[in-house]
Amino acid sequence: MKHLLSGNEAIARGAYEAGIKICSAYPGTPSTEILENTAQYKDVMYSEWAPNEKVAAEVAYGASVAGSRAMCTMKMVGLNVAADPFFTAGYMGVKGAYIVVSADDPSCHSSQNEQDNRHYAKAAKVACIEPSDSQECKDFVAFAADISEQFDTPVLFRVTTRVCHSKSLVTFGERTEHAPATPYARNTRKYICAPANAYLNHPLVEERLKKLEEYGNTTAVEIGLNKVEMNGKKVGVIASGIAYQYAKEAFPEDTSFLKIGLTYPLPMGLIKDFASKVDKLYIMEELDGFMEEQIKAAGIECVGKELIGNMYELNAELIRERVFGVKNPTVKPDVAPAKRPPALCAGCPHRGFFYTLAQNKNYVVTGDIGCYTLGYAAPLSCMDVCICMGGGFTAGMGMAKAFEAQGVTDKVVFGCMGDSTFFHSGLTGAAEIIYNNGRMIPVVLDNRITGMTGHQENPGTGLTLQGDPAPMLNVEHTLEALGFNPVYVVDPQDLTAMKNTANAAVADLKDGKHPAIVTKRACLLVKRYKFQPSMCTVDRDKCKSCKKCLKTGCPAIAFKDGKAMIDRTQCVGCTVCAQVCPFEAIYKEEK
Amino acid sequence: MADCKSVILVGVGGQGAILISKIMTNGLIKAGLDVKQSEVHGMAQRGGSVSTQVRWGKKVYGPVFGEGDADILVALEKMEALRYAQFLKPDGVAIINDYQMHSTSTATGAEEYPADPIGAMKKCFRTITVDAAKIAIELGNPKCMNVVLFGAMCDSLGVEGIDWEEVVKETVPQKLVELNVKAFRAGREAAKAGK
Repeated sequence: MKHLLSGNEAIARGAYEAGIKICSAYPGTPSTEILENTAQYKDVMYSEWAPNEKVAAEVAYGASVAGSRAMCTMKMVGLNVAADPFFTAGYMGVKGAYIVVSADDPSCHSSQNEQDNRHYAKAAKVACIEPSDSQECKDFVAFAADISEQFDTPVLFRVTTRVCHSKSLVTFGERTEHAPATPYARNTRKYICAPANAYLNHPLVEERLKKLEEYGNTTAVEIGLNKVEMNGKKVGVIASGIAYQYAKEAFPEDTSFLKIGLTYPLPMGLIKDFASKVDKLYIMEELDGFMEEQIKAAGIECVGKELIGNMYELNAELIRERVFGVKNPTVKPDVAPAKRPPALCAGCPHRGFFYTLAQNKNYVVTGDIGCYTLGYAAPLSCMDVCICMGGGFTAGMGMAKAFEAQGVTDKVVFGCMGDSTFFHSGLTGAAEIIYNNGRMIPVVLDNRITGMTGHQENPGTGLTLQGDPAPMLNVEHTLEALGFNPVYVVDPQDLTAMKNTANAAVADLKDGKHPAIVTKRACLLVKRYKFQPSMCTVDRDKCKSCKKCLKTGCPAIAFKDGKAMIDRTQCVGCTVCAQVCPFEAIYKEEK
Repeated sequence: MADCKSVILVGVGGQGAILISKIMTNGLIKAGLDVKQSEVHGMAQRGGSVSTQVRWGKKVYGPVFGEGDADILVALEKMEALRYAQFLKPDGVAIINDYQMHSTSTATGAEEYPADPIGAMKKCFRTITVDAAKIAIELGNPKCMNVVLFGAMCDSLGVEGIDWEEVVKETVPQKLVELNVKAFRAGREAAKAGK
């Protein structure tokens, strides 16, 4: 029987079948569902949400050193966070299989850039594997585990959004257990990254790459990791990942294919042989010309990026257009749609915070990665910079220092991030603010969950990924322990309290203290936090059409016939709009 | 691919396009077809515009397709039909829910909600219109709007030998089977009238 699985579900199944014992991850689109699905095999496989990707990479590596097969998963920018252990693990090698899954996001569906993480495999000199559908996601995890152990290397398992979030049919296999061949014994020569050892490791790493390349030319073909499909001599295509599927669809049936699953190191012997058998060679890969540059450097004539470009996702239609100049006819209606950007949900606890801070033009808000990034969008328009996880505190620190140096005294910097982000990489930023006397106010927007990625547990929620109770780390106590005083805890939906708290913190800051704010209210979408929805209604006689309620950016409020109107299905009765209305025209009632 | 059919489902995050694609893929798999489906997760779900693509045939390669490739466009919200119209083949069919949801930009008056999206689509494509929201409310639960719409689209899929009502029963939550079967039937009837 075949199962319709997303690539992420299939990777989880693959980990199960490959005898992986330890899985660790920090959630991030498009990788999140992998660990949500490994958790279902908790009888034989341990799965956890780590506070961040570096921790996840290190936990999995430690498990490998102890002799168990291990996997960590992350979105592509997560590997930037985890790069330090990743590179060193590349030098030291593994005992149990060590698989690092990087889920890249061409077209930036949910990401801050379009980085192509195959470059990480090349830079760290480790093997890179790319599946192109869900069946391969499952099967290739087992190949990755075998390669990792056989060649003593971490394996970068690189997937992309369309592989992760597309569903295709998968045939299941059985799980095989892989107990360590020998009991654990200390091995300092191998696992201590001291300079003397690192120096000796480098030649081994170079040697390993040569062996891996030979494997790519031979065994990888036998097991189907690399695949030659000879159909004709005129045109040949070398492709990897999802681009293989698009190319299969776009190129004529007599096109020959070399599909590469082990994309680093490239099987150059196999590539040369394939190139010699076709008249014209194309390279089809999404984002950078990762394979193409190496193939061209090897002196093989081919075309690719000059036709298909190095930006955004591909599809078969784009390849047909860019390679063959054939475009599907399309029809465009003569009416254009209005924009529909994502927005904070009706009743989102972050709204009250951003609305309050937006009222003071001297407030500078440095933001972070999460639902609350949407605080930047109109009409709230309440964010100055957002770089990365944890940057909310520290970019704010830099701005405050610069304002001080410039003699600017009227600006007040609020650096904000969510609860999960605080545990991810806010703790070090908080230490920075105390240590270096940051003249800014850190704010943790604690909605009791990791929101944007779809409600994953974190160190502050009291539950583990596998659903077991866990100690609940407390954000305000942590800030106090780091030296913040006073630490205000406020319900951001109470606009008066929110405003008074912000004012008090600003006064504390001027007094030379280190204030911090925790806005605490659970995300409405988390089912275990009971919330009795009510709703707000507009008294149309009292409404003076001032449109102040629209400044809250609530998707439930619209203007109809010149007066405010609240959508019954969306409104949950948070009353932020009612508190904002100067004419008391909005009132709360039972739903 | 000549033997590969493609559908694009569009709407607003949270409208339930995923359930429609689940019913569809369950039925297509039962019919022994190769199926691929692609959806978007993450930030776009927060009230933004979302699209899901489903493809089936003897052999399907790409899980997503490009402009001018879709045989059917199903819009759970009518303005969203305009946003994705270029994905539809000129001889494809549009199935549109006569249902309007403001976006933050139309609600605040920064942009006008287009006056007649369905009329604009009708000028370009064979279009079936269904007021799935009204039907769902009449059935007592506005949330079954998506299954009404699936009923409206299932005959356009052109796949023989699938008992779609049976597939609906197997796919929806057990306690909502009765409601959803009614929704499915009502949608199917409405599509016949809405051509």
